[in-house]
Amino acid sequence: MSKIIVKNLAKIFGEHPEKALKLLKEDFSKDKILKKTGQTVGLFDINFSVNEGEIFVLMGLSGSGKSTMLRCINRLIEPTSGTITIDGEDITSAEPGIIRELRRKKVGMVFQRFALFPHRTVLDNVAYGLEVQGISKAQRREKAMQIVETVGLKGWENSMPDQLSGGMQQRVGLARALANNPDILLMDEAFSALDPLIRKSMQDELLSLQSALNKTIIFVTHDLDEAMKIGDRIALMNDGTIVQIGTAEEILTNPANDYVEKFVEDVDRTKVLTAEGVMKAPDPVVFLKDGPRVALRLMKEHGISSIFVITRERRLAGIVIAEDALQAAKEQKEELKALVIEDVPKVSLDTPLIDIIPTIAETQFPVAVVRDDHTLAGILVKGAVLGGMVRGGGNVD
Amino acid sequence: MLTKLPIGLWVEWIVDWAQIYLAWLFDIITKIIEVLVSSIETVFLAVPPLIIIILMFILVWFVANRKIAIGTAIGLYLIYNMRLWESSIETLALVLASTALALLLGIPLGILSARSDLTHKLIMPLLDFMQTMPAFVYLIPAVLFFGLGQVPGLFATVVFAMPPTIRLTGLGIRQVPVELVEASDAFGATEWQKLTRVQIPLALPTIMAGINQCIMLSLSMVVIAAMIGAGGLGTEVLAGISRLDIAKGFEGGLAIVIMAVILDRVTQSLSEKRKIKI
Ligand SMILES: Nc1ncnc2c1ncn2[C@@H]1O[C@H](COP(=O)(O)OP(=O)(O)OP(=O)(O)O)[C@@H](O)[C@H]1O
Ligand SMILES: [Mg+2]
Repeated sequence: MSKIIVKNLAKIFGEHPEKALKLLKEDFSKDKILKKTGQTVGLFDINFSVNEGEIFVLMGLSGSGKSTMLRCINRLIEPTSGTITIDGEDITSAEPGIIRELRRKKVGMVFQRFALFPHRTVLDNVAYGLEVQGISKAQRREKAMQIVETVGLKGWENSMPDQLSGGMQQRVGLARALANNPDILLMDEAFSALDPLIRKSMQDELLSLQSALNKTIIFVTHDLDEAMKIGDRIALMNDGTIVQIGTAEEILTNPANDYVEKFVEDVDRTKVLTAEGVMKAPDPVVFLKDGPRVALRLMKEHGISSIFVITRERRLAGIVIAEDALQAAKEQKEELKALVIEDVPKVSLDTPLIDIIPTIAETQFPVAVVRDDHTLAGILVKGAVLGGMVRGGGNVD
Repeated sequence: MLTKLPIGLWVEWIVDWAQIYLAWLFDIITKIIEVLVSSIETVFLAVPPLIIIILMFILVWFVANRKIAIGTAIGLYLIYNMRLWESSIETLALVLASTALALLLGIPLGILSARSDLTHKLIMPLLDFMQTMPAFVYLIPAVLFFGLGQVPGLFATVVFAMPPTIRLTGLGIRQVPVELVEASDAFGATEWQKLTRVQIPLALPTIMAGINQCIMLSLSMVVIAAMIGAGGLGTEVLAGISRLDIAKGFEGGLAIVIMAVILDRVTQSLSEKRKIKI
């Protein structure tokens, strides 16, 4: 179900947005419009929807409009045209009172440089959202304390923010956003100011929190590795528009244009690509009932030295090597079953490449990719896996 | 050459007009100020000087530190010893009352100027004008509106001492990092909640600096205000000047300096304390 739907959204910074909108329709570039009208195009022609419980990542270079897009969702920035619908309600035309309720109850926000209130203790920072709702002191402290514990800061509740390390400060930021129990979390480069190790552990923590809380999260980052790690889907932005939306793999394997291709060029593919992305179609395969001669012929036809064997239900039975098949054929044996080597390397569809590499390096056979029900989905051969690491080009015909 | 523009005349008209049509307002203001100043005086004069000195010693030790407290006690005793106690209380009442009024007007104006660019643009030139105009000039409308005495002295003092309060309050609020303002908005705070829970607390050190300057400027008006009968230590100094009585003039001046130093140190350590918290 779509939690947030953004339609034809545009944001023009300046006094005369209508001028810029007109030129945009005539396909003028952002730079030209700035020169001609003095208006800055922040966003244009933005369309996307975010599903309930999804982590949706907005990614792009500096100035591409990520923060602007994020701030339109809780109306910290007023969109110029278009609509944003949250739970079926159009918030672009909503009254200030409704927006305030939205910010209080439904949408929490985490900031890049934490933006903690320096004059308030950790607990009072976390309780801020509850305080502005007019919840009594005892109640909000109790609730805030729970969240402080959830993010692992028990014992620090009476400290001031500047006594905390960066990672801890951002936990406070996260706790403050979670305290109102919002459905939606907006996170603007929430981990960018942290050093790499802390950053990685915060990402892991967010993911584990998310599996418990199941929020709808929009996460802004300019780091592709981060985007691929935490995002269910990624929207790549450039110059105020979205150039591609898809899963990490879709974007890696099928970049929409040169810009995307350039962007994804130096990502660490082994972490992102999965078996599914680099496997070949399971062809040829031989059925268990087929017998050694068929297996031998197929291997000859395809110039391979081993072949996967499947049952009638297409479940993986094992592998047969050419030598054994030849021997059996000579001895006039009709049964393939006796030849099948059952202990073959297998991985599942979503095994990341990085975990496949050791397996593939150890075995002399191709690696089978099996679905949850043990049916054979594809096969991995060394060449294709290496190719995937370089170009992301696995093809299942 | 062009004929001289009758600028002075215009101002005269305005003052004339105000004298006639706003007389009721000036009467009310006069009453309020008189009550305010005289009640401060009464309270301070009702208590024996030595007891006040001891109380001040304790109070200052509490809000500042021991060193300043000892200095305060010595300074106040010196004033008492110079037989300037009553004049000093008069001056103190005037300074406290005008500071209170200047803050009462100045802090809201400062907040307003920080929150609206239009107000900012309107207020800033006015402040420049108020600060560069020689303080003596304010004595004229003060006398015309309020006659002679403490009330016009206080009026002139407020006009002279208010600008830094407005400026520094506005500056303090504008200096609150935008991210924090944004964070407050993002959690659905109302404008009032944002102001009272985020902006003012964070601007407090700067606002305190404005309050400190306001007090200092009020004290610096003491002698000038005495020219229109505001009384207090200023009168002592003026008498010293007009009779070329060096001893009297110096003693009066010294008492003013003592008060200035005490008030300055105390307000400063108040704002220091604030800063540590923030
Ligand atoms: N208040 C504003 N007034 C005018 N232009 C603005 C304003 N805010 C943003 N812009 C412009 O809008 C564009 C998008 O800015 P935005 O902050 O959304 O980019 P971003 O993708 O978040 O970049 P970064 O990675 O640097 O945070 C930029 O060209 C920026 O200059
Ligand atoms: Mg940004």
